[in-house]
Amino acid sequence: MLSCKDTTLLVSESMDRTLPLGRRLAKRLHLMMCVLCARYERQLFMMREVLKRAGAEEDPPGPDDVTLSPEAKERIKKALNHP
Amino acid sequence: MRYITGMATPGTSDPRAWVDLHGDVLVRYAMLRLGDPHLSEDLVQETFLAALKARDTFKGASSERTWLVGILKHKIFDYYRQKGREIPVGEGESLQPGGEATFFNQDGMWKDGPEEWGGDPAALFGKKEFLAQVTKCVSGLTPRLAHAFTLREIDGQESKEICKVLGVSETNLWVILHRARMLMRRCLEIHWFGGDAGKR
Repeated sequence: MLSCKDTTLLVSESMDRTLPLGRRLAKRLHLMMCVLCARYERQLFMMREVLKRAGAEEDPPGPDDVTLSPEAKERIKKALNHP
Repeated sequence: MRYITGMATPGTSDPRAWVDLHGDVLVRYAMLRLGDPHLSEDLVQETFLAALKARDTFKGASSERTWLVGILKHKIFDYYRQKGREIPVGEGESLQPGGEATFFNQDGMWKDGPEEWGGDPAALFGKKEFLAQVTKCVSGLTPRLAHAFTLREIDGQESKEICKVLGVSETNLWVILHRARMLMRRCLEIHWFGGDAGKR
């Protein structure tokens, strides 16, 4: 039986590659019996879903105060005029 | 938005107008991936200058915005690449500060298991503050963990591509991503879902 520590590694790894069958089954068995690891997996996928959507946006939703500072704007405009 | 409509030959709008048209958007794009305002502004400046030089290559097949974002994306990857070369493999990759003992006991069982996250997780995307918290949590990771996590979870890059950018092996990358996710999940749990924040 896998420990929670080992299972979390497999949960993460399976998000990046297809696990070998034996480990995949061992992970699944653990997740069926362990509510905490199952929750961990669910939360990692939720995090991925939200971030993937944000990453797909050219204009990602961010706080309104994340803007190019006036100083930077001036600096860049000058640089564009005299490259 | 397209700026080429009605023009005789495809081209960009006046570069002098770029900063006001696209500056804020580009800096938000960079901030989500770098978490550092100064660095983000620097890369946005480099993007505009590179775009000015490459102006003739803009064919109007995509919008001017998409073209600029594409250049910025390359600049960000270049930055990751450069950082990847500077940090020796194996350094700054551990589960800091407390290591695995922060999360698991000696038998490998959860010390404080993941808590149930309140609120409606599906609604998180629309919350600007949530992404700001994500950015803060990413900033708390060591650079290699942060870059690997961003490339994988925000930009959706495949493992092989990330390995090339960061100069690490795939086996190494899986462990790096595992640690990054472990720390990110916990950081969000503490700073967003902890208390009443998740129910906002």
